[in-house]
Amino acid sequence: MTTSAPVLPKLIGERVKRREDPRLVRGLGTYVDDLKVTGMRHVAFKRSDIAHGTIRKIDTSAAEKMDGVEAVFTGADIAKILAPMPIGTPFPSPPHYAVAADTVRYAGEPVALVVAADRYVAKDAADAIVVTYDPLPVVVDPEAAMEGKPGVIHKDFPNNLAVALVPSGTGVAPDFSKIDNTAVDKAFAEAEVKISQRMVNHRLVPNAMEPRGVLAHWEPGKETMTIWSSTQNPHILKTMIAAMNGLGQHQVRAIAPEVGGGFGAKINIYAEEYVCSVVSKKLGIPVKWIEDRTEAFVATTHGRDIIGYVDIAARKDGKVLGLKMRLIADIGAYNMLLTAAVPTLTMLMANGTYDIPAIRTTLTEVFTNKTPTDAYRGAGRPEATYFVERAMDMLARELNMDPAELRRKNFIKPNQFPYQTQMGAVYDSGDYEKTLDVALKAANWKGLIAERDKARKEGRLVGLGLAFYVEVCGLGPSSSLPTGGWEHGQVTIERDGRITATTGASPHGQGNETTFAQMLADQFSVPFEHVTILHGDTGIVKQGIGTFGSRSQAVAGTALHLAGAKVKKKMAQFAAAMLEASEDDIVFENGTIGVKGAPAKAKPFAAIAGYAYVPVPLPQGMEPGLSDEAFFEPANNTYPFGCHISMLEIDRETGEPTLVKLIAVDDAGNLINPLIVEGQIHGGLAQGIGQAMIEEAVYNDEGQLMTGSFMDYAMPRATDFPRFEMASTVTPTPVNPFGAKGVGEAGTLGSTPCIVSAAVDALSPFGVKHIDMMLRPEKLWKIINGGGRS
Amino acid sequence: MIPVAFDYQRATSVDDAIAKLTASGGKAIAGGHSLVPLMKLRLSEPGTLVDISKIPGLSGVKEAGGKIEIGATTTHAEIAGSKLLRDKCPILAEAAAEIGDPQVRNRGTIGGSLAHADPASDLPAVAIALDADIQIKGRSGARTVKAAAFFRGFYDVDLAAGELIVAVHVTPVRSAAYAKLHQRASHYAIVGAAVALDVKGGVIQSARVGLTGATTHAIRLAGVEKALAGKKADGVAAAVASAAGEAGDLNADLHASADYRKAMIPVFVKRAVERALARG
Amino acid sequence: MIPVAITVNGKVRTAHVEPRTLLVHFLREHLNLTGTHVGCDTSQCGACTVIVDGRSAKSCTIFAVQADGSTVTTIEGLAADGKLHPVQEGFWEEHGLQCGYCTPGMIMSAVNLLQDNPSPDEKQIREGIAGNFCRCTGYQHIVNAIQHAAKHGGGKAAR
Repeated sequence: MTTSAPVLPKLIGERVKRREDPRLVRGLGTYVDDLKVTGMRHVAFKRSDIAHGTIRKIDTSAAEKMDGVEAVFTGADIAKILAPMPIGTPFPSPPHYAVAADTVRYAGEPVALVVAADRYVAKDAADAIVVTYDPLPVVVDPEAAMEGKPGVIHKDFPNNLAVALVPSGTGVAPDFSKIDNTAVDKAFAEAEVKISQRMVNHRLVPNAMEPRGVLAHWEPGKETMTIWSSTQNPHILKTMIAAMNGLGQHQVRAIAPEVGGGFGAKINIYAEEYVCSVVSKKLGIPVKWIEDRTEAFVATTHGRDIIGYVDIAARKDGKVLGLKMRLIADIGAYNMLLTAAVPTLTMLMANGTYDIPAIRTTLTEVFTNKTPTDAYRGAGRPEATYFVERAMDMLARELNMDPAELRRKNFIKPNQFPYQTQMGAVYDSGDYEKTLDVALKAANWKGLIAERDKARKEGRLVGLGLAFYVEVCGLGPSSSLPTGGWEHGQVTIERDGRITATTGASPHGQGNETTFAQMLADQFSVPFEHVTILHGDTGIVKQGIGTFGSRSQAVAGTALHLAGAKVKKKMAQFAAAMLEASEDDIVFENGTIGVKGAPAKAKPFAAIAGYAYVPVPLPQGMEPGLSDEAFFEPANNTYPFGCHISMLEIDRETGEPTLVKLIAVDDAGNLINPLIVEGQIHGGLAQGIGQAMIEEAVYNDEGQLMTGSFMDYAMPRATDFPRFEMASTVTPTPVNPFGAKGVGEAGTLGSTPCIVSAAVDALSPFGVKHIDMMLRPEKLWKIINGGGRS
Repeated sequence: MIPVAFDYQRATSVDDAIAKLTASGGKAIAGGHSLVPLMKLRLSEPGTLVDISKIPGLSGVKEAGGKIEIGATTTHAEIAGSKLLRDKCPILAEAAAEIGDPQVRNRGTIGGSLAHADPASDLPAVAIALDADIQIKGRSGARTVKAAAFFRGFYDVDLAAGELIVAVHVTPVRSAAYAKLHQRASHYAIVGAAVALDVKGGVIQSARVGLTGATTHAIRLAGVEKALAGKKADGVAAAVASAAGEAGDLNADLHASADYRKAMIPVFVKRAVERALARG
Repeated sequence: MIPVAITVNGKVRTAHVEPRTLLVHFLREHLNLTGTHVGCDTSQCGACTVIVDGRSAKSCTIFAVQADGSTVTTIEGLAADGKLHPVQEGFWEEHGLQCGYCTPGMIMSAVNLLQDNPSPDEKQIREGIAGNFCRCTGYQHIVNAIQHAAKHGGGKAAR
């Protein structure tokens, strides 16, 4: 397969300032909580304060008596008007009531709700509801849970197994009909060096700065439901709300207005969205619910939380022969939309950037009495990267090899692409060694080593880390996504020559209004200002899937480009008729449409547009108007990659780690807007560094989230980071015409292992081989003082 | 996010505030940056708030008779930015600059911080190290309490119902410093050590040491003070070694075990002493 | 209910409010100034930052009754005569925002910072916005934005 770079016209590839910004910097963006509808009431939820128990009694009498309270619903009331919530994966799943009907399974699960005149009264009334529980044993440790200890959370799921031991890799038939361990066993039998390590990729709280919010408005006269939600995918929301309300899709309009960040946690269709819709329909009034932050900590899905038992086998020269990964995912109390699928991506990407002859992974997903997990920036891939990269780093240390050279030795080579992995992926394109070399040079790797060694001689604890990643992005073929993997675009040339385009991607910070306008401006050779991108409203955007999995540019961008090509062809036909030329000779240039070799004949773009709407005479065989749409489903995902290098210093007295340097070299293929791409990478780095260094969701034995607010869950601040140093390489993908791979999640992949490896390096004088994230100062201090080694 | 309903009264003078607090049994509010966060989580539900923030003369830093007086409603930002304090008593400016974040410092006040006495807040340790006089007014008149006696227990201070902190008086010390191990989410102190020294020719004549974050309330470490007396820079490490033992029962939480705090106390006392010595 | 008169973006606004009404809700619900956002309930994230009597403040941690008689500037009051404030310009120029939710509060903190220190170094900028969380940008472009604003008179601009 060839991977020649598509030609890049003028705006594509430029650092164009975002057109979203003038409204946002003036505070004129409209987020869900900024909306008011006449007659609107406010919803507040009463949530379980215990992690596991049966509901003996709910006393709503005091709440009902309060001034301004419109209605109170318990779980039993809601169960009459709302079926258990569906999930988006094919795995078996226990019933999940939007409001717990008889049993609560995590602290924070809704048990009742209040509809009231304003949010103050709603909160007072929710607080006045008294719930009595009969406590059940609380399941917190996933590895004990797998043995049914200390109890079972869902009756039809013995030993709390949501997904029981799925194998994958070398010798495993795609339908699991055959599992042959010969190759894996042989690799480990023949290996000269073996490393075994249990690693934890711990639980995180996504914490988009805008908490979730819903405004549901059932109009009894029109029999239509409009639902505004802080969501990443309004079209999926529309489909689900219609289904759960017994409505046709034509009766529901879902709108994602300005959305204040998502990071995967706003993919899921939540209990509060369903509940607001059925309550609005039941009462015949618009209702709004806005999540408090402390509520968000328990009510919005968490991320990660996968234990990996990782074994790697190699020859003394560094050639890796085999890899084993036994994965245990703690998914919390329920399956949500994509919960069960996320850890399967860890399996899919287990071999990272390496050509490993024999691999065996197994995956078990376990219920515990915690907030459910689902996608969080990277969703399964950072976990894979972390496990394989930490294992590679441990191997390098064991072999006393430079970590860069160990990786170089095992990389999949450029001539092996497209590369069918043993995990089932087909990597589209890659040149890992080139990126490694750029990173080593950008970081001055040798210089850093000298700097570290000098610091070490001075008694300072300085360490270096290097990690490589490959990510699966641009999702994807519909065979791998239950919603469908396509995206939709529509391009309309207005009568005045302005271009209005709609996209099914629903951005929440990604800047699609800018990047997609860059693309279309180039495609039609019109000014950037003449292109408008609409999104996020199913009443305007006919079809779509949504924004996740770093897919906007690769999939939605391509759909728009294809729609644009259709319209452009028709416009060329109109131009040919008007200019009395052959369609093949029509050229779009600098805001005009003309004839090749006859510049004097050129007409303004707007003139041809106007003609297309009043074509007198109508060219034979043509319909008036210029609007067309396209669905694009990629034949494959994309596989961007990169190399991150860090330098970390640890305070010998306190164990406090400081990130001194971080160098990120990313290859996302061709870039539409490098300014926006940098922003995406920075943001991903911050979340990866946050995970490695300060963020951690901690539960106690009673299933209470101990880090339930920003007082205890450390959100990265500006003061937590050095200035990131960036470089890039460009290896286009053949999967789409732009050669763009996707970059939204990349930063979270390389950063975590590279920082942990730097910490291990810094503390290597104390004999430590692995440290679990996050790098809590006390943990590091213990290692320095002779304890806590692993 | 939504506090429980309460009555609100604005005081026009200290006496008015005392009268209103006495009559209502309510709580005083100035910057509100200790109280309002708790009220929003409904962890604090006062029936009445008496706003003392606009009382004339209750705010400001001034020097009189060799002492510095800091009004109760002086904000952390005003303390951090005070030229007088930075010149003559830099520990106060330095500690105030480490509280919370810029917006919190713009509203939070010294009186509020001391009266609230969060076990991990910074200023109580500094007040102890400076041997501050906390000036209190109530129905029965004015009284002054030494900082070390003011902090009595977990969120417990020597302040009766209807009483109000009106000012903090300190004798300025240049050779004083505050060193803190940050809790990485809240940036409160896991361990915070404040040290004020009397130094002559590089020799510590006397020392006063306050500790916060480690125990139920800010405390004075008199044993360490004794051990530091007569020491030069090279003797500091040994002198502070006993600090943790003297602190008694140590806090343990999600962010730091008691063992870790135990180890960190001497580290941060030492750092504060070294920084104070460097100030000459 | 208690009467309040607060000067917001140059205009005196009067209302009767419950004592527990937070200033941020007064701005958003009573005055429809929805540019000031709420991102947490523990007074940390800074999305609600406005300028009260010349200093940046978290409007979620002030009761409207406390602000009676005060002068408040919100993000909506920053641009003068349709011209963006240099800090707003800086955020646009340097891609200092993504989802935009933290942005109004972040900008108000930057305004406060540059007013105190018209040419801060990078460390001072990072400390100056330590009371504002951004989950999107990793802060680097925000730092660039504030540097840009400092170069273009952000410290002197009228508020």
